Parts: sequence; structure tokens; C-alpha cells
Amino acid sequence: MTTRLFGQRVPRVEDQRFLRGRGRYVDDVLVGPGTLHAAVLRSPHAHARILDIDVSEVLDLDGVHAVWTYDDLDGVMADPLPLLIPHPALTHGRTQFALARDEVNHVGEAIAFVVAEDRYVAEDAVDRIRVGYELLPPVVGIEAARAATHLVHDDVPGNVGARMEQHNGDAPAAIAAAPHTLSLDLTIERSSCQPMEGRGVVSRWDPDTSRLTVWTSTQTSTGVRGCVAARLGLDLAQVDVITPDVGGGFGVKINHPWPEELLVPMAARALGRPVKFTEDRREHFISSAHERGQVHHVEVGFDDDGRVLGLDVTFWHDHGAYTPYGLIVPIITATQLLGPYKPGAYRVRFESLFTNTVMVTPYRGAGRPQGCFVMERTIDAIAAELGLDRAAVRATNFIQPDEFPYDHGLVFQDGRELEYDSGDYPASLDKLKALIGWDDFPALKAQAAAEGRRIGIGLACYVEGTGVGPYEGAHVHVETSGKVKVAIGLTTQGQGHATVFAQIVADELGVPLEDVEVVSGDTRKMPYAVGTFASRAAVMSGSAVQLAARAVREKALRIAAEALEADVADLEIVDGLVQVRGTDAALALGTVAVLSNPLRYAFDEASKAATQFAVGDPGRPPVAEDDEPGLEARDFYSPQRATFASGMHAVIVETDPDTAEIRIVRYAVVHDCGRIINPMIVEGQIHGGVAQGVGGALYERMAYDDSGQLLNASFMDFLMPYVTEVPDTIEIDHLETPSPLNRLGIKGAGEAGVIPVSAAIAAAIEDAEGLVITAMPISPSELHALRQSKETP
Amino acid sequence: MTGRPAAVRHDITLRVNGAPHTISVEPRRLLSDALRHDCGLTGTHVGCEHGVCGACTVLVDGSPARSCLMLAVASEDVEITTVEGLAGADDSLSPVQQAFSDCHGLQCGFCTPGFLTTITAGLRDNPDPTREEAQEMIAGNLCRCTGYQNIVAAVLRAAELRDGRP
Repeated sequence: MTTRLFGQRVPRVEDQRFLRGRGRYVDDVLVGPGTLHAAVLRSPHAHARILDIDVSEVLDLDGVHAVWTYDDLDGVMADPLPLLIPHPALTHGRTQFALARDEVNHVGEAIAFVVAEDRYVAEDAVDRIRVGYELLPPVVGIEAARAATHLVHDDVPGNVGARMEQHNGDAPAAIAAAPHTLSLDLTIERSSCQPMEGRGVVSRWDPDTSRLTVWTSTQTSTGVRGCVAARLGLDLAQVDVITPDVGGGFGVKINHPWPEELLVPMAARALGRPVKFTEDRREHFISSAHERGQVHHVEVGFDDDGRVLGLDVTFWHDHGAYTPYGLIVPIITATQLLGPYKPGAYRVRFESLFTNTVMVTPYRGAGRPQGCFVMERTIDAIAAELGLDRAAVRATNFIQPDEFPYDHGLVFQDGRELEYDSGDYPASLDKLKALIGWDDFPALKAQAAAEGRRIGIGLACYVEGTGVGPYEGAHVHVETSGKVKVAIGLTTQGQGHATVFAQIVADELGVPLEDVEVVSGDTRKMPYAVGTFASRAAVMSGSAVQLAARAVREKALRIAAEALEADVADLEIVDGLVQVRGTDAALALGTVAVLSNPLRYAFDEASKAATQFAVGDPGRPPVAEDDEPGLEARDFYSPQRATFASGMHAVIVETDPDTAEIRIVRYAVVHDCGRIINPMIVEGQIHGGVAQGVGGALYERMAYDDSGQLLNASFMDFLMPYVTEVPDTIEIDHLETPSPLNRLGIKGAGEAGVIPVSAAIAAAIEDAEGLVITAMPISPSELHALRQSKETP
Repeated sequence: MTGRPAAVRHDITLRVNGAPHTISVEPRRLLSDALRHDCGLTGTHVGCEHGVCGACTVLVDGSPARSCLMLAVASEDVEITTVEGLAGADDSLSPVQQAFSDCHGLQCGFCTPGFLTTITAGLRDNPDPTREEAQEMIAGNLCRCTGYQNIVAAVLRAAELRDGRP
């Protein structure tokens, strides 16, 4: 009997290639002579008018093939890049040009594009381009953007790209009538994804077939394909986009098209040679996307038990110089801020502001870490005000297990109702308190204090809408060898899709895991797809894979029943064999695949069995009217709305009384992503998320100076956690509250780990220090300064 | 500024994973680029090009070295081992590679080659590390996916697997 693989800690199949150095990342494609290499001239100024560009010395250089500036772009290539997700509230959305036209709006904006024999020569050529600039005053940071003394874009008054409000009930009235009220001002700084592999694009134009192939390190191959075809004036059928192995994404690679994703294919076609662009680390810092920067003001009214009667949040979101990804990040902040709680009334208003800094698109968590920080700081403040236990105030405000589906009366990021499908927050809290030893902590703290040590505990809760639509698909094909080939349309960047989707297919089809091969992000194999974001792959592609595999199973059983002269109900598929239960009668799935495809010509021994004198009823068409040849199926999954995963983190920190160093002593996670396909992979996602969260809480920030220069644009200065900065152990407990929205009962797991970390660590530092923490990240210097200001107010 | 004089190129031979690679490179060419683009050994990855992330770590005469901080022309008289050279002659995974598979020590796989080479050398020097020593062994390499938990576990697991092996 075959063991069900769903839910098992199945080792990853993709590791075999990666561990041997046989991964194929975008810079590994088309290695060798013949491929040309691109480099980009980027603005050294945060805000300037371009007066003239002199490229006359570039083409003198040996090995340089071509240079493009804005004036060399034809047709729609000269239009601004698409605004991918328009929204009625985004009244002043702006996007950049593939190459800057007459103005640059952040350090790093692309101005000229050079193609040469190798990257070294291309960079030499970039150095020879002379640009005349008229410097304009830069707008850096939310304060400057709000003051609007200077404008980023002349035609955007007040630097405001969007104003938006949502509400459920009358929050100001509820606050006015509440027995207790508080006001809070809270800040989260900028950070960024920083995948170990930056962006990269390779393209080859085939003049023999008039087809373009693009390899790109993206989170959406179909999205890039649409953009490339539209901008280069090609039919969609002429463009193939292949996503090779991707060295991490974390959100930054969902934005598209990056200028290079259009310029590289354009150059490949123009020059008749393959062209490659590989972003270097400094370029990633100054020309890819950032996130997180927001300032919040909270008004809250509550009763004697800490029950939130009215919550009124106003925030300012720094979206940088351009808005290609619309309002997704601030809308997620505005809605997911509520977490597992049900305030009596809620109002949220935000302004999305332009600054002369790198643009903002989603980074793992996508606006949720900020919202979670704001909500959890507010709950902690309520508990402090009333002298109540922080966990108890949370429990008082939870949506209860019998209240699902729970409609918040708001509109979520996908344009649909913010309606939670399932969850059990009280159970999660109980598990977390047990895991971290919440109730025993006061004694521990007193004991530490007696030893002259400062320790503190904090917790934070989140809810994450995962698996948003519109849809994903899967194609499942059984070859005549019995091997199963699966194609999904979204891309993969380390989440183990090749393993978890193979688990689902192996279970459905009754085949060994090693016979299933999953390909992702290749538009030749699955041209209809959306992309990998919003923790959606398991929910969306997982469901589609199950549907397609089930259709294949039904067809296999139908064909086998006919061949074995048995009833479908008596058949089972075990280890790749379709057999009549309790008998020796069986057919290999590969043989069923042979029989599914009536042949005129035999191409091997197996296929002889399907030729015209071997099979079929001469009285009927070889392929029935409602059937197709082949043992394969394609199906799509499109849910009505997102499914809502949840979780809670608790952390114990120790702060050094002298140096203000902050050390994580223990870190505990309770995580509910519905049914788990592979616990090993889910735990890996949590580990990685927590590490990124620790980076965001204690180390990572984008240090812009007033002139808009990013001062820490390297791994030397932008402090990403090494092993020495992450918790020694991350203790994890799972809760599985199935989603009613998909047959597998699953919810997304990719982003969750990062969401509550800043909130939990801030609470723990506050507890250790007896200081109010209102801004994250926090460094030892900042903690020291807080101590000083408390001592000398 | 006038045209750059024709670039000087040097014919050099790199010895990588026991095999000679004769290539023609400019003096400024990084060893990482020479390995990847001239020798076609793309398993070595480049994450920062300033020596901080460790993704490009290879073994030079058995010791970990950041190939993005070395010049190809200065790498002639050494034995270089890249990730492609870690598996056995029969393509079986080395103890360190096997441990990464067992412990889910990788996700996107981009930083992995640098960890594998670093740990291979680290366990040779310290075959039986404590947990703290395992953490120290990998403390110069960045990973953005795993949070390092399973990489530390993989170091300890590899030490078990290679018990008694050179």
C-alpha cells in the first residue's frame, strides 16, 4: 500500500541539482562566446533634469556593440512603463520610462543602456557617457514629502499619489464615547528584500523562426511575456518567457517589467546576438524596489477590559519615486492591520506619498509587518494603560472560532471582501503561552533582575490573507514510460514547489514521487498563469495540480476499465499500476497512456499496442467525440476570495544594561496555515521569515541622506543577519485549521514568518526596559538614546 | 579621452576540480567570473562582489577563499575546488551535501555552494564541532532564505555522516 505523501516531511527533489552545483540561474544561461553583456548608466542624483547626454566616446571603445538612450527608443518602448495595478484612489500614479526621458527621480534610475562583448567593457563604456544635469531639490523621507516644500513630480500636488479611506462603523464616535482613549505615533523604516541573487535577464532572438526567448529572474513569467510582446510589437505567440532557477525573490521580482526586461530583448533582436544583463549588488540597492517605510497615528477608545470600541488609524506611506504596483502595499496595511481582532468600529485613512528614493513594491509580508506593528503596539499600550495582562487583552479582542466566516466590512487587496474563512485564535494563544512559558515569565524576570540582568517578553499576533486570485493552472501529462510531467504557470524561488506539488500528484495518481517532475514558470508549458506572490502558490497551484491530476486519474481509470474489462469502481492505482482490486489483473499507467493515444505509426515497442490493427472498435471513431488523445489534463483553480492564515510569535530578549545590546534569548512561533503539505518546508519558510523579521527589527534600514544618496548600498553597510544575529533556536508549534475554500484545506505559508517579528521584539524590549518603543528597527545606539531621554526628560 | 588601448590578455591555466582549464583573460578578470563564464562552472555564485556574502566561496589549496576577491591571473599555481568538485567520482553526494538534503539546509540554493565549500573545509579542520562551533563555521556566509537554523543542523549532521572519513 502506498503511503499518502501529503503531510509528510518529504526531502526536496530540487536539492539534488542545487547541491551538485547544477542549478540553472539566469546568469548561468547561455554562458559562453556569442552572448553579449549589458550595463546600465544610472543616475547619480536623486532629482535632476537631464539637459543632454553625450555618448560619442562610447562606440570608439573596442568591444562595444551599441548604446541606447531615451531618444533611441521607438514606439511604445518610449512610453512610461505600465502601471500594473490601477486603483480609483491612485489619482496621481506615475511610472518611469525604460530609460529616463528628461528627468531622474531617484539615485539609480536607468538613463542609458550599453551592450558590449563582456560586462567589464560594458561598464567601461558606461563610464564614458557624459550627462549634463540641472539639479533639482530632492524630497527624502515622509516628513519632507508631507511638507511638500518641494515636489517630486511637478504635476503631483503635495506629493500625494493617493488618498484612501475605509471604515466599518463610526470609529470617531465610538472613541469619543469610550471610557478610555489613547493616541499613539508609530514609525517603521524602509528595508528591502535583498535576495542573494539580484535581478537578471537573458534574451535570444531566433531569426529563423521569428521568435524571442527571454529568461528572467522573475516571480511572474506570464506577466513579463505580456509586457515584452506589447512593448516590442510582437505577437504573444512569438515570445517565450522561461523562469530558470531563481535565487530568492521575497517580492521584489513580482514587479515587472523592469527596464532591463524590455531593453535586453530589444537589444537581442536589434543586434541578432543573445544579450544578458545581470544586476550587481549596488544596482539592486539603488534600482530595484524597497518597502516598509510608513508613519502611523492611532486613536483608540476601549472599555475597562481593554476591548477596543473604536480604532482610528491615519498613516503615511512612502512609495518612492514611482507607483508601478499601485496601492497594494498600503491597502494591505490598512486591512490586515486588524489581525485577529474585531474592533467595535474601525476607520483607516492613508496618503501614499512620492519621494526621490527607490520605488516601493511588496517585500515579504507586503505592508502587514507595519500594520501588525501598529495594532500590536496599540494593544500593548491598552494593556499598560489598564494594568492588564497583554495576552488577556488580546484574547478579549479576538474573533471567536464560532464567528467564521468573519466579514470585516472592508475591501481587501484583491478588490474582494475582507472576509476571514477560518481560524482558532484562542487555541493559538494557548499554545503560544505554553510554548514560551508566558505565565512563568514574571518569576524569571524577577530572578534575572536580582542578578542585575534585564529581560523582557513580548508577543504579537497576525492574520494573513493568502492565496489571492485570480487563478492558477496546472497541466499533468502521463508519458508512455509512466513518468508524469507536471507544468504549473507560476514561478518558484526556493519554496520547494517541485517537491510539494509532486507530493499532491503522487497521491492523486498513485505513482511514486520520483516519477513526477514539476516544471514551473515556463510560458511554453503553461501560458496562463498569474505569479508567485501573496503566499499563494500552495493554495492556487496546489489546488490546480490536484484538479488536473484527478482528471488524469479519472481518464486513466476509464481507459484501464475498458482494457481490463472491469468496472471503474473496482480499480485502484498503486505504485504506478492500475489494478483490479483483489486480482492479478493490472496495467501499468504508462500502458494506459499508450492506449489513450490511438496511433497509425509505432515509434517503439510500447506504442505498437496502440496502432490501428491492434486496438479499437472499428465501428466507432478512434477518439470519441467528447474525448481527446493522450493521458493528460489541464485544469485551473480560481477561488472566490483569499484564505486567511494566522499565527502568533513570542520572544524573550535580554538587553545589556551598559551597552544596550539587544539579544534574543528565546523565540517561539505558533503557526496556522491550514493543512500542511510538507511540515519540513513550512518550518523552513517560518525560519527564513523570522530571520528576515529579526533583520527588520534590529538591523536593516535604508540610510538615505538628505540629498537622496543611499549611504549603505552594500552588504558591508546594510546589516543583513548572519547566523550570529538570528535566534539560536526557533521553537515552533503548528495548529491546523483547514480552509473551507479549497479541497486540500490549505492556506499560504510563505510570508507569515516575517510579519509579527518587529511587533513582538518591540514589546519585549519595552518589557525589559520599561521604555515605550514606538519606532522600529531599533539599534543599541537608539535604545541608549531612549534611556538617556528618559533619565533627562 | 581617447580609445582604450587593446586590452592585454593573458593565457592562463586554472586547475579546477582536478582538471586544467586554459583560458585567455584580461588581468582584471575576477576568478569568480573566470570560473563561471570562461570555465563554464556556473555552480559558483556571485552575490555581492565585495566579499561579504560568501556565495562565491571556493577552496584554494583546500582553504575557503572568496573568488570575487581574487583575480584569475593570480590563481594559476593553486588547486581550486568548486561546488561541482564536492560530489564523489560516482556523483554520490558528499557528507556535507547529503546533510544539507537531510536537514533542509537550502531553499533557493543560491548561497548554498559557498556554504558547502566553507563547511567542507571547516569540518576537515574541526571534524566534531559543538553547536557553537558549527555556528562560527558558517558565520561569514549570508543566506536570505533559511534563517540558518537548518544549516547549523546540517553542519552537525555532516559531522556525523563523515565520521571516520577524511
